[in-house]
Amino acid sequence: MTNALIQIADVAKSYRRGQETLSIFDRLNLTIPHGDFVAIMGPSGSGKTTLLNMLGGLDRPSGGAITFDGKQIENLSESKLSSWRAANVGFIFQFYNLMPTLTAAKNVELPLLLTRLGSGERNRRVQTALEIVGLSERKDHKPKELSGGQQQRVAIARALVADPKLLLADEPTGDLDRTTATEILEMLQLLNKDLGKTIVMVTHDPAAAKYAKRELHLDKGEFEERVS
Amino acid sequence: MGSLFRQIGAVVVMTVQSLPSRFWASLTTIVSIALVIGTLLAFLAMGNGFQKTVAGTGSDEIGIVLGTGSSGSELNSTMPSSAVSIIEEGPGIARDANGVPIVSPETYVAVGAVRRSGGAKANISLRGVEGNAAGMRPGFTITEGRMFEPGTNELIAGAGVVRQFEGFDLGAQIRFGPDTWTVVGVFEVPGTVFDSEAWADLPVVQTLFNRGPTVSALRAQLAGPNAIEELQAYVESDPRLQVEVKTEKEHFASEAGSLEALIVFGWVIAITLGLGALAGALNTMYAAVEARTKELATLRAIGFGGVPAFFGAMTESLLLALGGGIVGVAAAFLLFNGINVSTLSGSFTQVVFDFAIGPAQAISGILLALVLGFIGGIFPALKAARTPVLRIGAE
Ligand SMILES: Nc1ncnc2c1ncn2[C@@H]1O[C@H](COP(=O)(O)OP(=O)(O)OP(=O)(O)O)[C@@H](O)[C@H]1O
Ligand SMILES: [Mg+2]
Repeated sequence: MTNALIQIADVAKSYRRGQETLSIFDRLNLTIPHGDFVAIMGPSGSGKTTLLNMLGGLDRPSGGAITFDGKQIENLSESKLSSWRAANVGFIFQFYNLMPTLTAAKNVELPLLLTRLGSGERNRRVQTALEIVGLSERKDHKPKELSGGQQQRVAIARALVADPKLLLADEPTGDLDRTTATEILEMLQLLNKDLGKTIVMVTHDPAAAKYAKRELHLDKGEFEERVS
Repeated sequence: MGSLFRQIGAVVVMTVQSLPSRFWASLTTIVSIALVIGTLLAFLAMGNGFQKTVAGTGSDEIGIVLGTGSSGSELNSTMPSSAVSIIEEGPGIARDANGVPIVSPETYVAVGAVRRSGGAKANISLRGVEGNAAGMRPGFTITEGRMFEPGTNELIAGAGVVRQFEGFDLGAQIRFGPDTWTVVGVFEVPGTVFDSEAWADLPVVQTLFNRGPTVSALRAQLAGPNAIEELQAYVESDPRLQVEVKTEKEHFASEAGSLEALIVFGWVIAITLGLGALAGALNTMYAAVEARTKELATLRAIGFGGVPAFFGAMTESLLLALGGGIVGVAAAFLLFNGINVSTLSGSFTQVVFDFAIGPAQAISGILLALVLGFIGGIFPALKAARTPVLRIGAE
């Protein structure tokens, strides 16, 4: 399994609520190879979002190990984890989460502020990222001057500008109409195929899941695979 | 390190650009801080103006002799004319070409007057003087009319009195008790308390105010650098004299000190109001941080630390406070700087002076505003810094 980007080994996650302990997974195992595009589906409350947070270093498992590119991440300190996220993961949120007062270009530049790149190089990369998502003409627009689909494309540009290996998306098309959703999904497919980004996407929409290389169903703490 | 500054820069820019979206709350903070600073400056300007006037009065080259037990106030002082004759023969007093000592015996009484604005009654000083009095006030000029005629019920009024009180215009008749006086001249001694007095002939004041053969003070032109010590030693060695001697400058400096209480009071009021403004500022800032929680949490998810969030909130708070401070100082300057008022001096008569806002007062105002901004910002900024990392799905 030298080809694995992510390895989830016996991962457990439980939440304590007062006296009760709510166990979401007990022993979850999954391997995601480099260049994979996985769609995770499953009933509400099955833990899809919880898993995505753990993959992205936004949450920690209660047990087990998560290995990213051969390095264990679940036991990193807060600040190491923060730098790890900045270098390795791009997040795409359902509601875009752009900074309302910043232009598209400034939003896209944010992850680069955490690097050592000079301003010329940063501008070049922002320009490239906006070209990839087809929004270079809108670089000086503020989020509220953009449509939902355009805002999601800015968010995608922001997710990929620092060139992370992994993109994580939770319901990236949940807030968009069918046509716009298709554009976004095609774009994710392109990022996977042409740029080799590994993508993990959570979705409720079977049509959206079809764009992935494979679909995983999470239910009762276990995965069931359906190859598309 | 460069990265940290860039992160701070980005968050500060975001914060500043988001200010218009919290326009009314921000404006409220600015206005409340401006009110505090304006109030503080009113007191500081008053204190400063009074101090300038009182401390600007009085010369090193004039000695002032007051009766013992007058606690340094001309109004409370009395000494017999016999004492005057002894003192003027003493050492250290300059003499004119004919060998006559240059002294000015003066009687100082409080008389009622009515303010032009508001009509309130207040006491002003009427000073009975002889020929040397004017010469011992550098800058003394008669600006309208003429000097009073000795032996008559004529008086001349200081320009400050004419501005602030009714009935002292040139040619006016004015009653003090049973007697009627005529204003025959207006005089100025700019920037001094004498501007707030009326002057008349000494013997007439002594008679009409039943002072008998006594005076309140004797002013003496000093002869040289050690003259004041010589004169002091002389009066102390003579058992017939119950008097104390100071230079006129020392005398007024101690009177100006009595207004320090007003300045302290101003600070107390401003800080009390400041606590109110602080509550408002804290509220605004907590709301501002609250409003940006999602953005800050998203930045944390991207990999930003908590420090930039702290600086963002702190910058906002300090900017609002600075805005309030500048508005407060500017408003105070436009509203009160140079306005002419009268207030009680240490000796219970009115002193007319100008409010004066100088750089020291403006800096005090801005500093207080920044302190309010700092305190109002620090807790919300710490809260901002502790914004937890956004979790996917918790948008
Ligand atoms: N912070 C938390 N504290 C306690 N319980 C939580 C917390 N976050 C999630 N849960 C619980 O964990 C379970 C899984 O939640 P999760 O959000 O991962 O589900 P999901 O599969 O993404 O659901 P959906 O399809 O509705 O988005 C749910 O029962 C949820 O209530
Ligand atoms: Mg979910």
